[in-house]
Amino acid sequence: MEKNPLTLIGTQLVRSDASEKVLGAAKYVDDLHFSDTVYLAIRTAEVASGALRSIDISKARGSHGVLAVLTHADIPGENQMGSPVPDYPILLKPGDEIRYVGDYVAFVVAHTREQALRAAEKVTVMVAEKKPVLSLNERIRELQKGGDYVPAVHQKIRKGDSDPKTMFDSCDYVFEGDFFADYQEHAYLETQGMIALYDQDNVMTIYGSMQCPYYVQNGVARALGFPINRIRIIQSVTGGAFGGKEEVPTYFAIPAALAAYHLHRPVKLVLSREEDIQWTSKRHPIKSRYKVGIADYGRLRSIQVEAHADIGGHSTLSPTVLWRSSVHAAGAYEIPNVRVDVYGHYTNKVPSGAYRGFGSPQVFIGIEGIIDDVADHLKKDRLYLRKINALEKGKTTPTGHLLPESVGAKKTLEEVERLSDWERLKERVAQFNREHKHLKRGVGIAHIHYGVALGAMGHALDASGAFVNVLPDGSISVHIGGTEMGQGAKTVIGAIVGEVLQQPMEKIHVYQTDTFFLPDSGPTVASRTTVFSGNAAVLACQELLKTLTALYSTEMAVPPQSVRYTGGVFSNTEGQKPVGFGELAGIALKKNIGLCATGWFQTPRLTWDPENGFGEAYVTYSFASQIVVVEVDCLTAEVVVKEVYTAHDVGKALNPDGVIGQIHGGFVQGMGYALYENLKVNEKGKIVSDNFNTLTIPTIHETPEIFKVSIVEEPFSKGPFGAKGIGEPSLIPTPAAIANAVSDAIGKRVREIPIRKEYLLDLIRTAP
Amino acid sequence: MELHLFVNGKEVTTSVPENRRALDFLRKDLGLKSVKEGCGEGECGACTILLDGKAVCSCLLFASDLAGRRVLTLESLGKEGHLHPIQQAFAETGAVQCGFCTPGMILSVKSLLDENPSPDDEAIKKALEGNLCRCTGYVKIIEAVKRAVAIIKSQGLMI
Ligand code: FES
Ligand code: FES
Repeated sequence: MEKNPLTLIGTQLVRSDASEKVLGAAKYVDDLHFSDTVYLAIRTAEVASGALRSIDISKARGSHGVLAVLTHADIPGENQMGSPVPDYPILLKPGDEIRYVGDYVAFVVAHTREQALRAAEKVTVMVAEKKPVLSLNERIRELQKGGDYVPAVHQKIRKGDSDPKTMFDSCDYVFEGDFFADYQEHAYLETQGMIALYDQDNVMTIYGSMQCPYYVQNGVARALGFPINRIRIIQSVTGGAFGGKEEVPTYFAIPAALAAYHLHRPVKLVLSREEDIQWTSKRHPIKSRYKVGIADYGRLRSIQVEAHADIGGHSTLSPTVLWRSSVHAAGAYEIPNVRVDVYGHYTNKVPSGAYRGFGSPQVFIGIEGIIDDVADHLKKDRLYLRKINALEKGKTTPTGHLLPESVGAKKTLEEVERLSDWERLKERVAQFNREHKHLKRGVGIAHIHYGVALGAMGHALDASGAFVNVLPDGSISVHIGGTEMGQGAKTVIGAIVGEVLQQPMEKIHVYQTDTFFLPDSGPTVASRTTVFSGNAAVLACQELLKTLTALYSTEMAVPPQSVRYTGGVFSNTEGQKPVGFGELAGIALKKNIGLCATGWFQTPRLTWDPENGFGEAYVTYSFASQIVVVEVDCLTAEVVVKEVYTAHDVGKALNPDGVIGQIHGGFVQGMGYALYENLKVNEKGKIVSDNFNTLTIPTIHETPEIFKVSIVEEPFSKGPFGAKGIGEPSLIPTPAAIANAVSDAIGKRVREIPIRKEYLLDLIRTAP
Repeated sequence: MELHLFVNGKEVTTSVPENRRALDFLRKDLGLKSVKEGCGEGECGACTILLDGKAVCSCLLFASDLAGRRVLTLESLGKEGHLHPIQQAFAETGAVQCGFCTPGMILSVKSLLDENPSPDDEAIKKALEGNLCRCTGYVKIIEAVKRAVAIIKSQGLMI
């Protein structure tokens, strides 16, 4: 069949869920209501470390309105929610070790949430408290002492000469530096929430705010001891996630499901903001040490990175997050000799987990800071130095992945150079600084790559399905295994289906994700949904076109090879005997022909050597470059981002407005991380900045006034219409670019994010 | 206690417990689910309503504070296929991602434009400073307000 010009892909699309959202009619989990619903509250350990001695629930049980108080003894299945490492019991039993303040002791169910909360306070817990480990440094020292302490995670990369004794021998210059990136809270505007219903067909049905319904399905099945076919998860409209609703929603679905199982009534659990911040994962704090060797007037020759991450009380996704840190630690450059070690350490704090960028923003501040040091020392332009080291088609990444295609790295650098009018920008800033004494401006650059999808380590989960059903009136319903969480998945999938089937968006309805319709399609993470759900949708639509073509051919007596399909109309090669898509769908019904198809997309296996940490890490990479201008008030350490120029290689922008929206949002979130979002943990392991009065996230005032975006399109041959991912690369360069800009403004290297005021003032005041 | 007020143009007479939050009264008792809870502390603006035309956080008020007053929630603005110009502008500019902040944002914009039909950037930011959005970075929200102004002007509408 001939190729038609694109009518939806790459055009300006209105989000398919915009109308319900601007009307306030979209149903988030707390907006759903089932009669007879009862409410749940969680009683947590409240101490960070120790052994649980005893639990007394008698007072709670007698509390007003209480229907049940559930403890470890009430779990019909496995008392475990840790995956892959089984270190996370659902409910502690006497004798168990408490690993952080949020470990669960009891679930209280009552007629109202207030009653449940009041009763939860009446659960009496005896604990033999231990001094908690709250500092990452304490663990690093333990490791350095060389005793029998073994970190929970160790990921490594080895390429070329990776022997620290020799790998720098052939370098002309060696640069070193330490960096630290602290926690970041997701602060999605909708807190976590679940409703569990145990009713029809003896199936446990769960509605909730989440990214990964299949994780929830597996986790709940394990806790209830049910076969997976009796667990159905339906994602409700989700009010932001950013990684925070990847592994974590399972920890709230399980309590709700357990209560529904025992009470046979709908159970609702929606967290308060304080509970959400206290109990849910954060971006990993990572300390890193960089050593970089340079040869040939600025070429990166050798790099050694040692990084340590605080994984908190349970390991959850840390092995995977830190694998991604290790793959990205050496930056988006061609470097022959690489040695990276990333360690994950248990502490008695909230488990760290998935957060947009997945362990990479924390290491990019290191490599990008050092690159500036190199440029300055060699008196070379910072953008130029990145250009000469950038990846290109035919070059290999720091893990030794030979890149065959879709490498827009250099183009993104050229684009930010053009967008910012680089030479003039530097001059403008220098001029400003000559004219101002206490206000100083600085320019910062960052250049990054990002491995799309789950990569070699997550290969087992890296497949996705789509189910497309054409109804007799020609309308089309679509189910995908990926989820819409605000990023625009429904719109982009709708556009893909519309493009392949040549139908307008209005005819296509993409449903909320429901595990009932498709096999386990993996998680909606790692910027993989456009590629994975998108490709699956393409496959399903192609299948449908085959069926429709055959039907048309029989009905109209046109040989199959002479069937033409353009503008949504089937005809013969001369354009005669036209039958529209909708009409043909109606005929199909009468002829007993089913018009539904499932598409299933998997990635080719990657060649990866886990022993040595070498090989093809990810199926493809997105690239980005960013330049920011900041203004620092050297008296108050106030920092304002004035200008942003950012270029992103996304393969192909299927929904350009959506891509730009991701870039704006990712930037401001990254800016919050770099400048404002201080998460404070007290000496008891409790988070004290547990609401927006103490945890400051960017408001509309912080949005930079000049914000220029350029989209670079280096198509990825295995992506739908050439697309790669953008969800995370939108945020990743920002912390590094801002740290570099502030460094530029004050003439000293910023080594920490968030850049706290006290830290910055100290830095400004100390002699260079 | 007895409560008498006007909600979205309709007269409501009901009884509520003394300490019922206005947010819970509107969401749970009256079923107005467009009013969202993001923080419960007056910090995020998700629970914004218009009280006698002014944008306020319903999580900080008691139901009794609404007595005798006119409450407007997003339910009163536009319908499927007939969006209010501010809603239309938000939809068309891509000022909506997850949508959780959207009801509060739109009501704050309405309160702004009712007072000041041609706000400059500073006025827009001032009016929306209490509405947090974690998704959009606010760029398209500012654009949407400008577009709403343009739509309203082009249609010669009063809102
Ligand atoms: S819920 Fe009222 S301001 Fe956040
Ligand atoms: S669109 Fe998600 S918080 Fe604003």
